[in-house]
Amino acid sequence: MSKFLLMVISAVLVKNILLAQFLGNCPFQGTSKKMDTAMGMGMAVVFVLTLAGAITWAVQTFVLEAFDLVYLQTIVFILVIATLVQFVEMFMKKAMPPLYRALGIFLPLITTNCAVLGVCLLNIQYEYNFVNSVVFSFASAAGFGLALVLFAGIRERFAISRIPKSLEGTALGLVTAGLMALAFWGFTGMVKG
Amino acid sequence: MRFFQELTKGFWKEIPPFRLVLGLCPALAVSDLCSKAIGMGLAVTFVLVCSNVLISAMRNVIPPKVRIAMFIIIVATFVVIVEMVTHAFVYPLYQQLGIFIPLIVVNCIPLGRAEAFANKNGVMLSFADGLGLGLGYTIALFVLAAIREVLAVGTIYGYQVMASSFKPFLFAKEAPGAFVFLGILLGLMNLASSKK
Repeated sequence: MSKFLLMVISAVLVKNILLAQFLGNCPFQGTSKKMDTAMGMGMAVVFVLTLAGAITWAVQTFVLEAFDLVYLQTIVFILVIATLVQFVEMFMKKAMPPLYRALGIFLPLITTNCAVLGVCLLNIQYEYNFVNSVVFSFASAAGFGLALVLFAGIRERFAISRIPKSLEGTALGLVTAGLMALAFWGFTGMVKG
Repeated sequence: MRFFQELTKGFWKEIPPFRLVLGLCPALAVSDLCSKAIGMGLAVTFVLVCSNVLISAMRNVIPPKVRIAMFIIIVATFVVIVEMVTHAFVYPLYQQLGIFIPLIVVNCIPLGRAEAFANKNGVMLSFADGLGLGLGYTIALFVLAAIREVLAVGTIYGYQVMASSFKPFLFAKEAPGAFVFLGILLGLMNLASSKK
């Protein structure tokens, strides 16, 4: 149990997918202007990434490795993720309309969120077993959501601050993200290795 | 004439990742050393040129409803080619770039250009567009990497440029530095073009 706890803390705080590993920055800059879109995006990523982590692990083990097709990994994974996103969207629309209304517009964006493909590839690279893969995917996605929501909270204040004209928008967003990354960097000592 | 316009717009007017805010993740992740930045830039250029040419050649055959899926497969195919070639011939670079080579698929520049440009324009123009934006991206990565490498290690592309008494500024090498320097560079670019 403590192994999983350590893994979660490490993925959420120490090696935060967004601020320490630079994955998923495009949606990070794009959907963080308002708190509710940030929440929606964060939840959609947690949902899809946990599923994608489980499914790509199964595909890797039972299809790619079993038939010696590992060189197709990139193509197969991106297709699996794209199909999964589409499927989740259709299923939600039918079965859970309120959730669909909340997350719907963010789902198509997730296919090209590099955090999703990135974490699926990392699962394989670290040679995790099934349970570890699922926990790691979930924790990484939670870290993404946490950073996104915190960032949106800061960014909402931009609207009432005076900002130099040339720094408006993405430029200041990046500098702010840098300062947040510095704060998260402070957790480095918590987990060794 | 149009050919050169499409080619040169990638160098300043629409230079990614500054003007075209796409491909931020690799720009942040591989810009701590110049050698990595150039390797990444050239890999993206290759994928972009090939996918642009192929997609624009096939633009009348691809059914509009499944075009995104087709684009992803085409881009992914070229990314796998890059992955295999770097694995076979430049193994140190392959190890340094690591996960960011397969992630070119979702880096949005090839996919974005496919949707916004190659799908609507002829083969020659798409070639120019891909080459221009790809080289622009390489230049942008190199500039960012040069700044970070000088401050963090005191070298550019491995050559010593700072005096030996120079104290390395480690902040530039780590993750927070990547964000801050990219942001400042973007701000400076905005400032420069607003003066004109």
